[in-house]
Amino acid sequence: MAQHLSYEDSVRGVWKGLGLLALVTLVEVGLSLLKAAEFAEDLRILIYVASLLIIGLSIYKAYFIIYEFMHMGYEVKGLAMSVLLPTLLLIWALIAFFNEGDAWRKSREKVIYKDQLQAPTGGEVGLIKRDDFLLELPA
Amino acid sequence: MTEERDTDILIAEDQKPELNSDWSGGDRKPFRTSYGKLMMWYFLLSDAFTFAGFLISYGALRFSSASWPVPDKVFATVPFGINEMFPNGEAPLIFVTFMSFLLIVSSGTMVRAVQEGARENKRGVVFWMLLTVLGGLGFLGCQAWEWTNLIATENMTVTTNPFGTYVENGYYLDPETGEITDEEVVEGETYLLHLAGAAHGEEAGGEEHEGDEEHFAYATEPGDYPGYVVDGPRADGTGTADAKPFIHRKYVLADEEGNLLTDEAGNNIQLTQEFGPVAFGALFFGITGFHGFHVATGVIFLLIILINAGGGVYVARQNGYEMVEKIGLYWHFVDLVWVFVFLVFYLL
Repeated sequence: MAQHLSYEDSVRGVWKGLGLLALVTLVEVGLSLLKAAEFAEDLRILIYVASLLIIGLSIYKAYFIIYEFMHMGYEVKGLAMSVLLPTLLLIWALIAFFNEGDAWRKSREKVIYKDQLQAPTGGEVGLIKRDDFLLELPA
Repeated sequence: MTEERDTDILIAEDQKPELNSDWSGGDRKPFRTSYGKLMMWYFLLSDAFTFAGFLISYGALRFSSASWPVPDKVFATVPFGINEMFPNGEAPLIFVTFMSFLLIVSSGTMVRAVQEGARENKRGVVFWMLLTVLGGLGFLGCQAWEWTNLIATENMTVTTNPFGTYVENGYYLDPETGEITDEEVVEGETYLLHLAGAAHGEEAGGEEHEGDEEHFAYATEPGDYPGYVVDGPRADGTGTADAKPFIHRKYVLADEEGNLLTDEAGNNIQLTQEFGPVAFGALFFGITGFHGFHVATGVIFLLIILINAGGGVYVARQNGYEMVEKIGLYWHFVDLVWVFVFLVFYLL
């Protein structure tokens, strides 16, 4: 528990924390609407920057909830690390599966492209003519 | 204020085992915390991996799709018709932001309950936990409305996703005559396919229903019409037998400057609106449903501990309402997961 703070201070801390989380959420929603706005269509850089900011703010929110509301900041370091370090495994999962998804899209596009190719037709196609296959029956 | 204990279970003095047969293994607690709290942390870690698995599969499937519904377009409705007060009748992300606030505030009231518990203030614990329960129930109610609206009004299900997104530019065909109009198809824009004959759905579609076609009524019989197609079994035996009669408008392709594109024979390239990626509906209902299930479970456990706290169970334990602290950890985790569900489904 937060015995390092007086009761009044920790109560005030809760409302301040709530205000902070609400503000961050509002900024996130604002950025999200901004990047979907019509004038943003031609500004790809704006979409990337806004998306990265939104992701960063969400991670900050997660950090704040874990360290303040869940009191992880006041636990011993070993506990915090034994819970938080395993989540680093997810970084590789993110990289691997997002790449995998991208590869699925590319192979799907390739299949669609190949599907629409027209097979050549007519007598000129192919090295072996149809007659070459036919065996003549013995008379 | 509390005496040092290895467990929050009370054992009467004469019932205490003589040997140290609990598994505390000594006076010093691992990580200087109780068994219950430590195990709650590890449970939450495992649950975080479950959610991470779901959200990463969402990411992989989204990356694998040529297009993805734009959340501002999909989540633009608010109960009581409040969205009608916004331009085009669309209130993007407003309702879901409200839902987020409910969960964040209930997280704050939960911290207050834990603080009052540390002071052994029973009334305070009960009051703040009650507010937390109300926040949780409010969130669940909002989610129920959101789901009902998506399923009943907008016809999105686990296997049908009427929210498609254009991957090219062009112009719509007039639904009645099949002539090319100046109504634009814009790359990256999300549209909602409507059911034929669903009168109230016709107005909700935004850009599809502007101008002169307001007096035009789409046919309800499945078939191929000049400017649109209606799904379902057709009179001549073609079409999909069990398909709902969704209206798909036709359009011709154009380049970014608005010049019509033609194929090798010199004809306009005509396309029909498609369904959006099927995975969207399955992922949305699966993941927000799993989160909602966590909220519902959390509300039930909050109520149990609330009743226990009110009944004085934790007064006797004299451990600073540690049970409230443990359910608090779980409740904050539910809020934490929502941060990421909100991020991937609604913000990005």
